[in-house]
Amino acid sequence: MNRRLLLTAALGVGTGLVARPAFATADELQAAIATFAGGATMRAGRVNLAVAPLVENGNSVPVTLTVQSPMTAADHVKAIAVFNERNPQREVVVFRLGPRAGRAVVATRIRLATSQQLVAVAQMSDGTFWSHTVDVIVTLAACVEA
Amino acid sequence: MARALITMPRTAKRGDVIEIRTLIAHPMETGYRPGEDGRIRPRDIIRRFSCHYDDGGGIDELVFSAELFPAIAANPLISFSTVATASGTLRFMWEGDNGFAQTERVSISVTA
Amino acid sequence: MKPATRIVVFAVLAHALAAMAAGPAPEIAAKPDPRRSGFSFMTPAVQAMQRDDAQNPAMLWVNDGEALWNAKAGASDKACAACHGVAPTSMRGVAARYPAFDAALKRPVDLRQRIQQCRVGRQQAAPWPDESADLLSVESYVAFQSRGVAIAPPADARLQPFTERGARLYGARIGQLDFSCAQCHDDHAGQRLGGSVIPQAHPSGYPLYRLEWQGLGSLQRRLRNCMAGVRAEPFAYGSAELVALELYLMQRAAGMAMESPAVRP
Repeated sequence: MNRRLLLTAALGVGTGLVARPAFATADELQAAIATFAGGATMRAGRVNLAVAPLVENGNSVPVTLTVQSPMTAADHVKAIAVFNERNPQREVVVFRLGPRAGRAVVATRIRLATSQQLVAVAQMSDGTFWSHTVDVIVTLAACVEA
Repeated sequence: MARALITMPRTAKRGDVIEIRTLIAHPMETGYRPGEDGRIRPRDIIRRFSCHYDDGGGIDELVFSAELFPAIAANPLISFSTVATASGTLRFMWEGDNGFAQTERVSISVTA
Repeated sequence: MKPATRIVVFAVLAHALAAMAAGPAPEIAAKPDPRRSGFSFMTPAVQAMQRDDAQNPAMLWVNDGEALWNAKAGASDKACAACHGVAPTSMRGVAARYPAFDAALKRPVDLRQRIQQCRVGRQQAAPWPDESADLLSVESYVAFQSRGVAIAPPADARLQPFTERGARLYGARIGQLDFSCAQCHDDHAGQRLGGSVIPQAHPSGYPLYRLEWQGLGSLQRRLRNCMAGVRAEPFAYGSAELVALELYLMQRAAGMAMESPAVRP
């Protein structure tokens, strides 16, 4: 049995993601959000990131993103992006919508290396950006495959 | 076989907002994970997903797209909505590393 | 004895005799079944993944399985469908009664071994490698046809010694950590190991999509994971030990509903 693989697996690398120190990532998280938003101010509200507060396995975590919006040509969601705090990379996904979406509700499943913050950012057709931050606790598997 | 599973209504009334669920088989190898030999397995993920609505009458419009990163779980699920405008074909495309490209088409019948 | 006392004594005796003649006291209501599927130990988010076929990643394998069921194979140039027809009809209930006794081999075989027998013997095709995508796809497609059916191990006396072997293996301490299956899954089911809740280890949902694997796998793969988890050398795929364990687990779960293909953390 490969001992190194066992040890790294026990640290949650089964997801393929390795946890990073907190001080490095908080800045990176803000930087990644700023890149997406072109430096625009973040307002809290309108977008909702729904995720279980306690996750039993970080390999596949269902998330649903909802934005209050009439989704008309004049007033709609252009994009919804998700960022994380402690995966190796800040970006998770960017969804691009428009009036033809009808509803600004998107769902997917993501990977979480460890307990961390997630941020959803919505870009509106009027140029404003809205965000929602959620804390998620991820428990790690006890019996990993060797 | 990278099978895809698309769940959506096959008929709708014009103006209805229909929900579409897509699933595709893909390991979404992150590029951060060591293999059996201790070396990092190279990244192999789907990077882009798109949905075009072709109404068969000259309009073939991109109605939804997504940019995926390694943090998307294996066998990606993407659920979204679109407005049923006219009878036609929805074209779903997944593209990614190592030349991965898959297209699926589902027709929809839209009544007034 | 004074006359009044005698009357009281007789009255008590008569009452006691009458009560005895009336029969035993009414039975206490039967206890509810303590067995619970691993489904009930999961969080709502993962339960939702299993419930919805449009979201359950295992359905990707089930769909592949359907295609393979209808595809001609081997020197016979026949598909499974050529002999077995439409799977929802012919395969309903089948997965619920495996492992079953194979008279020619004089031992039980599990569903996967039975599928391989058909492939090699009837279709004259090369067997699929263990845990290969194709084999798992067909196995999950067949198991899917028994969804909702109660697990019904065959009442076959020839299986008895093998079931007993499975029971012994289940109770035997193994590995560097010196644990038996029973210690976690009987004695501590519902409690936590690390951050995970320990389930009761019923095989009602196999083959299943395990989030830990990010893919579909068999009961044998899961049993081998458990063995590695207690730092024991896992039994080989298809070994008599693993089939005996499967047989015992299915007997232990008799009557519970099949839920293949399940999702587990």
